[in-house]
Amino acid sequence: MVDNNRWGNFFAHVILIVGVAIVVFPVYVAIIASTHPPGTFVRGVMPLLPGPNAWENYRTVITEGRSRAGTPPIGGMMWNSFIMAMAITIGKLSISIISAFAIVYFRFPGRIFFFWIIFMTLMLPVEVRIVPTFQVVADFGMLNSFAGLSIPLIASATATFLFRQFFMTVPEELMEAARVDGAGPMKFFKDILLPLSITNIAALFVIMFIYGWNQYLWPLLITTDPEYYTIVMGIQRMVTGGDSEPLWHLVMATVVLAALPPVLVILFMQRLFVKGLTETEK
Amino acid sequence: MQTKRMTFSSKWLPYALLAPQVIITLIFFIWPSYNALIQSVYRQGDAFGIRPPTFVWFQNFQALFRDDLYLNSLKTTFIFSVGTTILSMGVALLFAVMVNRMIRSRDSYTTFLVWPYAIAPAIAGVLWWFIFNPTLGIMPYILDMVGYDWNHRRNGNDAMIMVIIASAWRQISYNFLFFLAGLQSIPQSLIEAAAIDGASRMKRFWTIVFPLLSPITFFLMVVNIVYAMFDTFGVIHATTEGGPSQATTILVYKVYRDGFVNLNFGSSAAQSVILMGIVIVLTVIQFRYIERRVNY
Repeated sequence: MVDNNRWGNFFAHVILIVGVAIVVFPVYVAIIASTHPPGTFVRGVMPLLPGPNAWENYRTVITEGRSRAGTPPIGGMMWNSFIMAMAITIGKLSISIISAFAIVYFRFPGRIFFFWIIFMTLMLPVEVRIVPTFQVVADFGMLNSFAGLSIPLIASATATFLFRQFFMTVPEELMEAARVDGAGPMKFFKDILLPLSITNIAALFVIMFIYGWNQYLWPLLITTDPEYYTIVMGIQRMVTGGDSEPLWHLVMATVVLAALPPVLVILFMQRLFVKGLTETEK
Repeated sequence: MQTKRMTFSSKWLPYALLAPQVIITLIFFIWPSYNALIQSVYRQGDAFGIRPPTFVWFQNFQALFRDDLYLNSLKTTFIFSVGTTILSMGVALLFAVMVNRMIRSRDSYTTFLVWPYAIAPAIAGVLWWFIFNPTLGIMPYILDMVGYDWNHRRNGNDAMIMVIIASAWRQISYNFLFFLAGLQSIPQSLIEAAAIDGASRMKRFWTIVFPLLSPITFFLMVVNIVYAMFDTFGVIHATTEGGPSQATTILVYKVYRDGFVNLNFGSSAAQSVILMGIVIVLTVIQFRYIERRVNY
């Protein structure tokens, strides 16, 4: 290590600690705000120390929601988000892994063509074709349904590419051996390829789950029925639902609950997360 | 494009395996995009079917480029993307360089810096919106002490600064991880050699480390611009809603508003087509770069 000077390191620690504090600050503020009674927000600056109302606030948002502003209880919205995130994640992983298998382990007319079709999904995010996609989903009668929330989002070029890349590194001998033993393609896929891909699947799972949970524009477009609101978009209804100032203590309790699942996923699966992120991102 | 040397043979199986992905892509990606292309050259009919849609060549596009609101939105998007990219990459690089010096505490700092990635853009927006709230937020309170009257409800610049901070905040984690990985792959011997030649720490950074990071910097720049342009809809929609007086109406938000709120499909479709062009260019740049990195 080049010059390990003590002041330099001290200085670096100071920068990092201040930096971490700034990065953490917004969430700290949210947690604090979610523990205060409504009265705190009527006067003066927002509080920086915990208040006495945590239990009460979280109970209210989870079980009652804000019926007047049209937001259902958080419990239901969290459940919807969970279903949507899981459906998107599992859908993406399963259709991508089989298409990568087809592209790598078979030679057939139209292979390159299909590869390019899959590639095109990268160039056409929902955000750039909002209205026509909505029309297609509406024509299929998929508005206000879990199918509508998840199926249009499960095509995935990134996951397909990642699996393809991984399959290319699997030794040829494995397949030759499997064929000598008389295993057909699906048996090879199930008994050899799938077990080998577990780490990749897990890493992608983390990334895709976060992606699915954090969907905002799509649920906003296709759900009008509060039964199907997801929590991330539900917050927007709470913030703008009404002309008055938002009920900050309840909004912040919701924010904390909405952020909790993906944050926990990252913290507990940090290694997989980093692997997934650095490898999927093309 | 390669396959394995030896492949399975089946007439129908590969098509069956590709079918789900390809069908979803065709129905929910390609078909709507095609519709957007078509709609962008038509003027929509009225709701009663009395006046059918008419083919108008590129009038929708011409109208857009004559529309001050659209031109303004282009400018807003540019400022917003550049601001977000520079802020989040700058901060992330600083953190990565500092963390890279650490040995024992490296993992703990990393843990503290990666989780904001998990927070949805819309939620990030609401968090900062609360902090900057003119009546009870902490930032306006502090700014007031130094004599600045913060109000993102009236002042467009304030609103822009707020959405840039909220969008950049969440992206720091991502950039940080890539910069850290980049820094760790720089051979220590190069830095030691420079140190022996008497180059100061600053000089070593700017003449050795930074140039070696440039492929990653370039890659992150593209990724961040894509993020700022397309993934930050939530930040805008949940907080400023494009205001005050269009100051934070980025292109994606405008497509949404013109299509869904103002129901102006022709114009919205034309805007979609322009956005598609932008994504395609950015994706091509990104993939070009990756091919080069492989040979690096």
